[in-house]
Amino acid sequence: MSGSLCRLPAALRRLAASRPLLWVTRPLSQAGSAGDGAAGGSSSSGSGEVEKLVRAHPVVVFMKGTPAQPQCGFSNAVVQILRLHGVTDYRAYDVLQDHDLRQGIKNYSNWPTIPQVYLNGEFVGGCDILLQMHQSGDLVEELKKLGIRSALLDSEKDHGKK
Amino acid sequence: MVPSRLLLLPRLLRWPSLTRAYSAAGGNPAMEKPVGAAIRAKLQEALQPVHLEVIDDSHMHAVPRGSETHFRVVVASPSFEGLSLIHRHRLVNDILQEELAGPVHALSIQAKTPQQWKKNPALGQSPPCLGGSKHDPHMASKMGTRE
Repeated sequence: MSGSLCRLPAALRRLAASRPLLWVTRPLSQAGSAGDGAAGGSSSSGSGEVEKLVRAHPVVVFMKGTPAQPQCGFSNAVVQILRLHGVTDYRAYDVLQDHDLRQGIKNYSNWPTIPQVYLNGEFVGGCDILLQMHQSGDLVEELKKLGIRSALLDSEKDHGKK
Repeated sequence: MVPSRLLLLPRLLRWPSLTRAYSAAGGNPAMEKPVGAAIRAKLQEALQPVHLEVIDDSHMHAVPRGSETHFRVVVASPSFEGLSLIHRHRLVNDILQEELAGPVHALSIQAKTPQQWKKNPALGQSPPCLGGSKHDPHMASKMGTRE
């Protein structure tokens, strides 16, 4: 039983190692537009600050750890799903590095758990929902709306040619 | 519209199929500890599900033995008819608000309509733990091991 549980992460790690990453993780104090003065500390729990982070990129993920080193299986799953679709350019915030952000994003979305995924500033859900969207094909459509072509479509095409 | 390969790919993301072993454990309320029992009772009452499984995955995580912190619920209920995924999850989160604010650290939700459940009565799996809660002060306070 535990043997089969261990195999999967290994497969995911190999996948992770095969592609360079373009994501950015940065502390909240550097996030959002600079020059507002009130960055960092308690302000990150304010909905205005959080909103800036959510809208900082078409694809935003609040997670535990970084895409290169997720600290939680659910966060890792989100990273791997995005990677499967060839989405490597996204903004990831590590809530373990910022206590206020961790609570702030939960309040903002009224959602009790991490990870949280935002597309075009709109809350999509956590790991379970992203996984189901991936399985149903909805994620391909949602990415298309953002002008992102899922890599799965291309791999499908290549596959068809062979 | 959905390429056929897309439907195959999730195999990578479908956590090892331990469905039978887990549904046996999840289907035995007599074995449940207080938090699991509360989750079951609240969902049962609020959603009148045709199918309900409350699975305690805490043993797979970096928490002390016997902790009730990581749960997976599979609910098939007519209450989910006409609701989007996100709204189904919000409904479950609301029902379990107290648990989520208290002892429960992770909750994975599969919310289906009775029809969906009939068509595909399959359980998903929780992803493997990566140890993040080991040094997480939130976890310490949730489990009462701090202060």
